[in-house]
Formats: sequence, structure tokens, C-alpha cells
Amino acid sequence: MARRRAVLRDELITLAHGAGGKATRNLVEALFLDELGNDVLSALGDAAVVPGGGRLALSTDSYVVHPLEFPGGSIGELAVNGTVNDLAMVGATPRWLTAGFVIEEGFPVADLRRIVASMGAAARAAGVAVVAGDTKVVERGNADGLFVTTAGVGTIADGVDLGPHRVLPGDRVLLSGTLADHGMAVMVARGDLQLEAEIESDTAAVHELAASLVALGEGLRWMRDPTRGGLATALNELAEASGLAVVLDETALPVRPAVNAACEILGIDPLYVANEGKLIAIVAPQSVDEALSLLQASPLGTDAALLGEVRAKPAGLVLLDTTLGGTRIVDMLVGDPLPRIC
Amino acid sequence: MKYVDEYRSAELARGLASEIAGLVQPGETWRVMEVCGGHTHAIYRHGLEDLLPSEVELVHGPGCPVCVIPMGRVDDAISLAEEPGITLATFGDMMRVPGGRGSLLEAKARGADVRMVYSPLDALALAAKLPDRRVIFFAIGFETTAPATAVTLLRARAQATPNFAVFCNHVTIEPPLRAILETPGLRVDAFIGPGHVSTVIGTDAYRFIPKEYGRPVAVSAFEPVDLLQSIALLLRQRAEGRCEVENQYTRVVRREGNARALAAIDETMELRDEFEWRGLGTIPRSAMRLRAAFAEWDAEQLYTIPGVRIEDPKACRCGEVLTGQIKPWECGVFGTACTPERPLGTCMVSSEGACAAFYAYGRLRRPTEEPVGA
Repeated sequence: MARRRAVLRDELITLAHGAGGKATRNLVEALFLDELGNDVLSALGDAAVVPGGGRLALSTDSYVVHPLEFPGGSIGELAVNGTVNDLAMVGATPRWLTAGFVIEEGFPVADLRRIVASMGAAARAAGVAVVAGDTKVVERGNADGLFVTTAGVGTIADGVDLGPHRVLPGDRVLLSGTLADHGMAVMVARGDLQLEAEIESDTAAVHELAASLVALGEGLRWMRDPTRGGLATALNELAEASGLAVVLDETALPVRPAVNAACEILGIDPLYVANEGKLIAIVAPQSVDEALSLLQASPLGTDAALLGEVRAKPAGLVLLDTTLGGTRIVDMLVGDPLPRIC
Repeated sequence: MKYVDEYRSAELARGLASEIAGLVQPGETWRVMEVCGGHTHAIYRHGLEDLLPSEVELVHGPGCPVCVIPMGRVDDAISLAEEPGITLATFGDMMRVPGGRGSLLEAKARGADVRMVYSPLDALALAAKLPDRRVIFFAIGFETTAPATAVTLLRARAQATPNFAVFCNHVTIEPPLRAILETPGLRVDAFIGPGHVSTVIGTDAYRFIPKEYGRPVAVSAFEPVDLLQSIALLLRQRAEGRCEVENQYTRVVRREGNARALAAIDETMELRDEFEWRGLGTIPRSAMRLRAAFAEWDAEQLYTIPGVRIEDPKACRCGEVLTGQIKPWECGVFGTACTPERPLGTCMVSSEGACAAFYAYGRLRRPTEEPVGA
């Protein structure tokens, strides 16, 4: 006998949706399966069973963005693209995701559906399947609307070996596009700065860009998606891990005029602001031209630029040659970037 | 970006740098103090010192609003924040400043309701949103930020907002400048005057510096070309035998300042008898308190403030950094016991603090390019 098709008529999420009974079943089947469903997920077993073997890449990330929806995307796209990108940065082909939802009691079902639908669309676009999931509902006040955690599994081809150990003095630093779009879009969308600017998040899956660079073979040394903490933080981590210096050319940094203006008004350095659809690649000098044209050939990489180079000294530091002709350190930030007082 | 890129032009900067090189006397050390923390930040961020001849030494001044707040006042703010029913609102930088009992950020983690705002008007709006709580704005800053606090108080009175108050710590720029100028063995030959403070108080406010102390002043904007031009103006004064206040920031600053802003400050605030400054000690008539007419919005009238004076940590030499007597890296704890992550002194907290700016951007000992104090 076929089971009755689940229907979700509620307008708000209640604690009942997290209690494991019929309401939970309705939420899972009529919303999550509806938007994210595939053969593996639809089995609704305790664990997803997927084919595989060889070397695997695993990653997990929790998403707690406020506001949940912002120009250019939502927490749904972020949760898929962020984990897909993390897998892609180690040279993996992203394959499967799991998704955990912590929902605050009273959250509108229509909003949840819109967000989960955007996850579904992002997963399809990135060629990954959401194969397992979990839902919890917490009392009002115990979560900021919705938290999403995704975990991802990707497969890595034989011979792919990326990391700080492969980086050498003389290697070049490439960035796949403009800086600081996501962080500034979210900061403006929060509304408390009373700043109006047409800035959209750059959230996107960059696995295809990454795959095109992986095809360069030996010429590609290291990749990273400069999310929270921005370009500066990612490159500081590289400098520290490799014991080398990274020197950037300020005149080469790609920043959209509107983003640059918002950063200037607030006294925030775009080097430290989050990106969600960009990658940094360290490539061998002989591969620079090819890598740059591969990036620029993709719609996600039209603004790709050569930012600088890796040097032996000063060990462990990131430096910036300023437009003015000076040199300064680009250090890690201690906390969030804060607008200046005066 | 228009109105910014022009002031960061490498070509203009090189031209001014060579003019400056032509105005110094070979082998001399000519010391110019940039009073404002915003200038310090810009100098390091753009690597300006690399363009200057070795004869010009930049000395960082006291104009960082967060840096001059003493530890005792931070403890006072924490004790306000810990009162039941109070939400304390302040600027982000202020939350990380260590007092005797930790920072406001740590008080927040312990359960105090501390919020970061971008403007005192945001704190007033917060009061409207939280009618069951009293929102206290922890006000800091020189005459730059005081008008915004004043306007907020005037609006609170006009709206008759009962659940808002200000914990006033506004300070004035003249007393610390005098304290520096009175320092025995003063090592400063000229001053780059603060830009944004001067939009409020005007350039006439600095006439006492050439008149009484024989040092020239150039009030400067914040971009690298502005700062280089101000240095050139000061050296040209010397070459021509002049000693006066000049205004480089003519696109914003007027000689007489901003009358409406000054009137708003005057309507809401008056000078205190004395105020303790971080590292500078107690200075008479150097800070503002709310006037009696605003007592119902004055946190110091509404609540008992402990007002305990906390000695600065012995190893911390913020006072000497703030008065330009030593450079950040000459302090024994710079980069070791005192880092942006775990600041001991206020100068290491705000991005406008000389130590934090030098730690973040400067920290290279040339020509070897080895980091110092890391």
C-alpha cells in the first residue's frame, strides 16, 4: 500500500516539527525531500550509502549568517557553495553533501522553503547531491531563525597533491575575481549602518574553476577560498604554514567601485572582508599565463588577476607594496573588522 | 574612486616627497607629530614613511579616542553594564579595551548586555526598541564625536525618551596638546593638526601652539598626499622663517569651525573640573560632563559610579607613546606581553592606536625586512 503523500500546511515552525512525529515527517517529506530529494536521500535511512573508493576529501561547515537572505543569495546557497568550495580547494570533485538544520520555533515555513529551494538549486548547479539530513527545532530565542550545517564528501584523482608544502619562492598569487563582495553585501543588508549601496554577494561554487586549474598538474601548488577573514587571513595562513613570504601589489587588487566606496566610508580594509565565490591559487611562474586565461575564460573568473608573488623572506609574513610606493605588513585581524570611530 | 584616488596618486606623492627632501637639512632630525590617530593609521596603511627622507621623523600623538580612556573608566562602564535592566551601547573598539576587571567584551560573555553601535543615534533607537530596559551610551571621543552625542541628547529630550542615558567621557584636544608641549625635553618640532576635530573646533583653536610654544601647525586631511603636503607646508614655513597655523584640509575645515556643532556641545555639556587620561594622569578642565539640564539622561546622576582609579600596568608605557616620547617598539612589552590579541595598553587596541597601527602594518626593520617584536 502506498504511503499517503505528506503535506505541510503550517505557516510557522513549531516545536512539534522537531518532535519526531507526524509533523516532523511532514516537514521532512513535504519540504526537504521536495526541494532536495534524490534517490539516496529519498530512502530516508539512518545513513546514506554511496559508491566510492580511492582518496576522499571531507569537510564540514556551519552557517549562521544574519540576515538569512541578502542581495545575491541566502544562507541556503552559502551552505552548499561554501562546503563545495572547501572540497574543491584540495583538488577534490565535490560529490555528496549532508545538511543539518537547527530551526527556531516560530520560523515561517515559506521562508524555510525558499531557503531550502535555493539550496536545492545550488546543489544541482554544483553537481552535488544532498544525501542525508537532520532537523531540530529549538525554542524561540535559542537560535537566530535558522542555522544550517553542511558536510561534504568529494573524490580526489590520483596524483593530485596541493598544499603549502608545494609552494616555492617565485610562485605567483592569482585571485579569481573581485574582493569583499559578500562581506560588504551582508554588512549593508543588515541595515544598521544606514548605508545604501547596490552590492551583491558573490556566493557561487567555484569547483569548475578549481578543476580547470587542477588540470595544470605540477604548475598548481595551493588553493584556498578566501571566506571569513578575507584574502589577508588566507594568505597569512599560507605564509605561516609554508614559512615563506607573500608580497602583494596594491595596484593589482580587484575591488568593485561600490564595494570600495562602502569600505572607505566605514574604514574597513577589503583585504579582510569575506568572499564566497572566489579562489586564490598559487601557481608556478611558467603556469601563470595559462592559469590566468583559464580563470578569465569562465564567467566566474572574468576579473581574475595576478596579485603578487611568493618570496623566501621575510619568512611567515604577508607584505603589500602600496600604490604610493611604500611597503607594509598585512597582518591577521584579531576580531571582526570594525568601522572606525572618527 | 573619485575624491579618494586623487589623494593617493603615486605621482603627486613622489613630487611632494622630493620637495620635502629638498627642504630638510642633510643629517638633521626634524620631528613632526601627527596628533590624530586617523593620521597614524593612514601613515602606516600607505607605507608613507618609506617616501620620507631619513631626516623627517614622524612622532605619533595622543589623538586616539579609545587610547586615552583610563582603566578606571572602563571598570565604571562594566559596572554600569552589570546593573540589572541596563543595556550598555558603545563603539566596537571600546569593547576590547582592558580595564581592571577585563574588557566590556568579557563582561558581555559573562552575561552583561553590551551592544556595539555605530553612532549614538543608534543607541537612542535601541532604547525605543527596548522599552523595558535603560540603554546607556558609553560616549567617548574628542570634539569629533561629541556633537553626535550632543545631537542625540537633544533628540532624546525632544522625544522625551525616558529609558536612555549617556555615560559621558568626551575629552577636549587642547589640554593633552598643552601637556605634550609642557613636557621637559620636548622632542617635537612641528605638528600635523588633527583633521576631523578641526572640522568642529576650527583652525584658530591651535593658534596657542605657534604663539606660546613656537611650533608650527598644519591641519591635515587623511589621505597620503594630504599628509605629505602638510609636511611640506611645515618645512616651507621653516624655510621662510614663518611659524603659524596653516590649513591643508581646506575642502572641509574652516578657520572658525562648525558653529552649530559647537552650539550643540555647549547646550548639552560643560567642562569637568578634572579628568584622568590614560598615561597622562589627571588633567584639569580637559573633559566634558552633561549639563544639569540633562540630568535625567546622565548616567553619572542616575547610577552610582564606582570611580575607582586603576593604576596602569607597570610595564605599560602608553603614556610615553601617547606623548611621543617613545616609539611603540621602544616599549618593553610591545609585541610580547602586549599584542592586539591580548592588549595590555590601550594603544594596542584601536586601529588608530600607534602601537596597534605599527604592529599591524609597520613592524619591519629595514633594510633586512625582519619583523620586530613579533
